[in-house]
Amino acid sequence: MNVILFMISCILTNNFIFNKFLGCCPFLGVSSKVETAASMGIAVTFVMTIASLFAYMVNTWVLVPLQLEYMQTIAFILIIAGLVQFVEMFMKKSMPALYSALGIYLPLITTNCAVLGVATLNVKEGYNMLFSVLNGTFSALGFLLAIVLMAGVRERLESSKIPECMKGFPISLVTAGLMAIAFMGFNGLV
Amino acid sequence: MSEKKQNVGKVFLNGVITENPTFRLVLGTCPTLAVTTSAINGLGMGAAATFVLLGSNIVISALRKVIPDKVRIPAFIVVICMFVTIIQLVMQAYLPALYESLGIFLPLIVVNCIILGRAEAFASKNPVVASAFDGLGMGCGFTLALTLIGCIRELLGNGSVFGINLLGTSYQPMLLMILPAGGFLVFGSLLGIINALTNRKKGAAK
Amino acid sequence: MSLILSSAPHVRSKDNTQRLMLNVIISLLPCVAAGIYYFGWRAALVVCVSVVSAVAAEFIWQKLARKKVRVYDLSAVVTGLLIGLIVPPSAPWWMLVIGSFFAIMVVKQLFGGIGDNFLNPALAARAVLLASWPALMTSGYNVGKFDAVSGATPLLSGASVADLLLGNVTGAVGETCKIAILLGFAWLLFTRTIRWEIPVISLASACLLGWALGYDPLTTVLSGGLLFGAVYMATDYVTTPMTQFARILYSVGIGVIVVLIRKFGSYPEGVTYAILLMNIAAPLFDRIPAQRIYGHTKATKEGK
Repeated sequence: MNVILFMISCILTNNFIFNKFLGCCPFLGVSSKVETAASMGIAVTFVMTIASLFAYMVNTWVLVPLQLEYMQTIAFILIIAGLVQFVEMFMKKSMPALYSALGIYLPLITTNCAVLGVATLNVKEGYNMLFSVLNGTFSALGFLLAIVLMAGVRERLESSKIPECMKGFPISLVTAGLMAIAFMGFNGLV
Repeated sequence: MSEKKQNVGKVFLNGVITENPTFRLVLGTCPTLAVTTSAINGLGMGAAATFVLLGSNIVISALRKVIPDKVRIPAFIVVICMFVTIIQLVMQAYLPALYESLGIFLPLIVVNCIILGRAEAFASKNPVVASAFDGLGMGCGFTLALTLIGCIRELLGNGSVFGINLLGTSYQPMLLMILPAGGFLVFGSLLGIINALTNRKKGAAK
Repeated sequence: MSLILSSAPHVRSKDNTQRLMLNVIISLLPCVAAGIYYFGWRAALVVCVSVVSAVAAEFIWQKLARKKVRVYDLSAVVTGLLIGLIVPPSAPWWMLVIGSFFAIMVVKQLFGGIGDNFLNPALAARAVLLASWPALMTSGYNVGKFDAVSGATPLLSGASVADLLLGNVTGAVGETCKIAILLGFAWLLFTRTIRWEIPVISLASACLLGWALGYDPLTTVLSGGLLFGAVYMATDYVTTPMTQFARILYSVGIGVIVVLIRKFGSYPEGVTYAILLMNIAAPLFDRIPAQRIYGHTKATKEGK
């Protein structure tokens, strides 16, 4: 039961975009089409899950025993950069179809603060291995939900008569703000 | 662009106004939205990012002929990471309250696209002095933007600026402004207003 | 009358919009009357302030943006009326003004004006007010006939069905008297301003889930702002999906989220958020059947 509540809270209540502001750049940048938004979200889910696991292992088994916690940020970013490279190569070889769909998003993920953010948060909150991985996966699914909803709305806005000065980023930000207000309805759900 | 003498004053102003990283280039949105619940947080975040920008721009510019082109991005990240770690430890020691309120967004300066962007677009192609001024200008632009958003949100959401109550006790604070949704709304409206003003200026110039 | 629930651009023509809006205003009058009867002069004041400030906001924006002033289409009046009816009767005037300005300027005009807003403006305004001044928005129901009642909340448990129907309970200005709402609903159906599907399916799904979670089904439907929201706000043309299947999904979603928020959430009433969330999901819902129909063509395209 605990685990289920935790998953729901990661997706809805503590949504990465609307509550924690993690991953806003791709959220605003890659959300003009539903298909691309979904691909980006899936790629992020993939990387965030693995990154949470590896960051947890490196932190608990290498950094903490060696008392190198201050190297955390640098270690994590190297893990993520390496993982993204590896995932890219692996996908290219064994899953070419998936690679052609997600390929171009993978390099972008290295500098997606959601990935480094989840790794850092896991350590900060003191999650164990299971919860770290769950946090990675389900926070990413929350990101996926947010970016797909956003893309749906933005596709709709394409035909609207938005004032000239609001086109592009400003209207996307206001849209995100209104969505965040709606997501507040999930407060206290868990 | 490469290696020719640049007017450092111009480079500095370019970062603050013409290519303001927040309002003109819309980079680094995550910290812009997340930490601006109060003016002091915005200022602190801006100062930390300025330090990292300045340091990384200088080092990367100094090493620009040494770093092989193929591994430049990882090399840049390592340099940036070093400065982030320094500012993290310094803040933890001397400004623990600010360190707490900036939370995970302090280490996340590493993946702030402004810093990597300046390393790639400016510092790796320009001499040290110009790069330093570019970093300083960009950092000041970022700090200015964050402090402005922080002021607006703190004023509306708490009735104060930098912790000083300005609107009196009868003001009923609009809590939404210091909630996440308020961040998006304030930032979006500010961008819209700035666009409208620059458009009007362009129209007048014609 | 096939134009009525079709896609947004059809509603833009001025005459039609004006007539539709007039029908909505007429249908809201019983609720206004009930509000004034139960809550006294304050209710009348709340409604007036909201309507005036909504119209003013629309007028000011259209002047500033140098657009054609079209407040005569009455859509701002409807938004103002709705805002006045979904806030507590003792809401302070400045809150109503902020709510109306937010609804008209941010939610509606920034996105291009009538027909282009993706959220229901009145509901978005209530969500903003609720987030900004939670204390003022969740108390202050004890005016007019309820002067002496203390500690009442909008979701008063233990009220009899008759009281709920008559509106003899505390709540927002226009949401309490269910008979008035049903009268308005009947008028909207009679004039074919709205179709029955969205309100009925939302209420039915809320009823079913409420029953499954151990609530009294009838009370689930009659308490809080569910009926008002389902009739007047879930049916807003521009924020509902366009295809039949998507509309069913949308309606069920509203009913389910309302009950889930009531049962598990921290807010006493979830109608606002349920409808807003479904407004956001509406464009995605619209894609579902479209993909089924055009799936074949898509496949051949990719095959080339």
